Amino acid sequence: MKLNKNLKNVLLVVLACFTLSACATNKVSTSQLQGDVYTGKDTVEYLASGVPDRVFFATNESVLTTASRETLRKQAAWLRKNSDVTIVLEGHADERGTREYNLALGERRANAAKDYLMTYGISSDRISVLSYGKERPVDSGSNPLAWSKNRRSVTVKAN
Amino acid sequence: MNNYINKFFITFLIISLIPTKSFGLIEVDITRGNLNPLPLAVSPLSIEEKSRKSFQELIKKENIGIEISSIVENNLRTSGLFNPLNKDAFLQSPDIANLKPRFEDWNLIKAQALITGKVSYTDEKLRVEFRLWDVLAGKEMMALAFTTVPNNWRRVGHIISDKVYERLTGEKGYFDTRIIYVAEEGPKTKRIKKLAIMDQDGANNKFLTLGNELVLTPRFNPTSQMVTYLSYFRNLPRVYLLDIETGTQEVVGDFPGMTFAPRFSPNGKKIIMSFAKDGNSEIYTMDLENRIVEKITNHPSIDTSPSYSPDGKYICFNSDRSGYQQIYVMKSDGSNVKRISFGKGIYGTPVWSPRGDLIAFTKLHKGKFYIGVMRTDGSGERLLTENFYQEAPSWSPNGRVLVFYRETKTDSKGKGFSAKLWSIDLTGYNERRLKTPTDGSDPSWSSLLSK
Repeated sequence: MKLNKNLKNVLLVVLACFTLSACATNKVSTSQLQGDVYTGKDTVEYLASGVPDRVFFATNESVLTTASRETLRKQAAWLRKNSDVTIVLEGHADERGTREYNLALGERRANAAKDYLMTYGISSDRISVLSYGKERPVDSGSNPLAWSKNRRSVTVKAN
Repeated sequence: MNNYINKFFITFLIISLIPTKSFGLIEVDITRGNLNPLPLAVSPLSIEEKSRKSFQELIKKENIGIEISSIVENNLRTSGLFNPLNKDAFLQSPDIANLKPRFEDWNLIKAQALITGKVSYTDEKLRVEFRLWDVLAGKEMMALAFTTVPNNWRRVGHIISDKVYERLTGEKGYFDTRIIYVAEEGPKTKRIKKLAIMDQDGANNKFLTLGNELVLTPRFNPTSQMVTYLSYFRNLPRVYLLDIETGTQEVVGDFPGMTFAPRFSPNGKKIIMSFAKDGNSEIYTMDLENRIVEKITNHPSIDTSPSYSPDGKYICFNSDRSGYQQIYVMKSDGSNVKRISFGKGIYGTPVWSPRGDLIAFTKLHKGKFYIGVMRTDGSGERLLTENFYQEAPSWSPNGRVLVFYRETKTDSKGKGFSAKLWSIDLTGYNERRLKTPTDGSDPSWSSLLSK
């Protein structure tokens, strides 16, 4: 009987673990998207400690989100400290659009990032822009989360 | 004497005109769906043993007559308008059939039309004659002969197909043509892309670039000798011009930024394309002779995917000036801009039909992609095919068939992705996958190589 009760407790704990972990995974996938803008860190690399290299966009949009502007201010601060560094802003789109329009959209996204960096004192001489359209996804998946990771502008050191 | 020649000439003309202008001969209506393809017999081209052996050495095919006939058979079948009958049922031998078909025999197997012919090796040339017969009327509809270099043997099959198609449908064919496209390999995140060219039926596939740099959206000029495309050579996305025969390449224009979405003007003298700068893409033309660059659009939104009307007077293009991608038409100087797409969803890649009456496009609506056509004022929208992803239609030179590419979904394990070339009739029937050695995208159809 006592053994039985112990067993029951163990089972309960195991069950609780399952439900909790299920909740946890659900939470991760929803918390990585705000609207349809990616807010996770999976694909993000760092130019320096605490300076993320990329910002993300909503479908068909090139408007910078609050989080994107914060990231770009960190990049601007880092660029001001490292005044010899030049950068390429690589603009990208997801696979759910026509190729030619996406090339233009990638260019518009990278320029949105460029304009913001310039308002924080980074000279346009140090910035070049390169659009890849939908040609270079980071996540090859065909689902909304993968697409959100691919709608991005990535700041790459050029020298 | 002179009189005699004149008389002779007139008689000759009448004789050659009568068989082709008789009433009551078979006609194929290509404006409706192909629910009843016309049954026809393609008798193998007959060949004498000596010629057969010469060709066997030259082109490494056992019987060139059979090879050419199967090209014709395959072309006519894939058009969806004809049903070439099984050769096993043919009663008459090819050589006799070409002299004088026994129409009862061909009628018996329900053939309504019959193609016969003869091929020979004469003076180091390939000589082909062929005849098209109306089986029910018991009449010759067409007889033609041509001579060419042996290496052109596949093209002979395509030219015969075009002549038969034209005689039976009343419209030009599209078989003696090529398709240029982007051959794709490797994982989605590091896709390797090369320019490739092949005959319309998939034969003679050839890669034109090595895959060292990303290449996109190749398009033929009107004579199909030049190609304009986008290359990421040295990581600078620019529009290039490539001469297919010589392999010489050059950058088009001197733009301080990305140029893309190129196409030729209908006379081949200009390239129209987008130039992106400071987050704004505008449409420009460059004259290939005097290098004069003209800015055509002037709007702070994305303007891209321009395509001329066949008379060169208008341009259709893609713009998001209304907030989302839509199709617009303007005069070729950039004036009189009018939006023409008003259906639900967003529209891209407009391309003007070579007949001038329609614009083909890609449409995205509720997560599905469609290839469709509309009239040039935007009326009469018709969707031909729906799929997970497809885009970039290109017209056959007779404006009856569209070639485009289709991508499949990547599943949760990262598998299942493919990009393939497909074609579909303007009627919405006869959807077919084009066979390519690798994955493929961005197809562009050439004009007829022999006019």
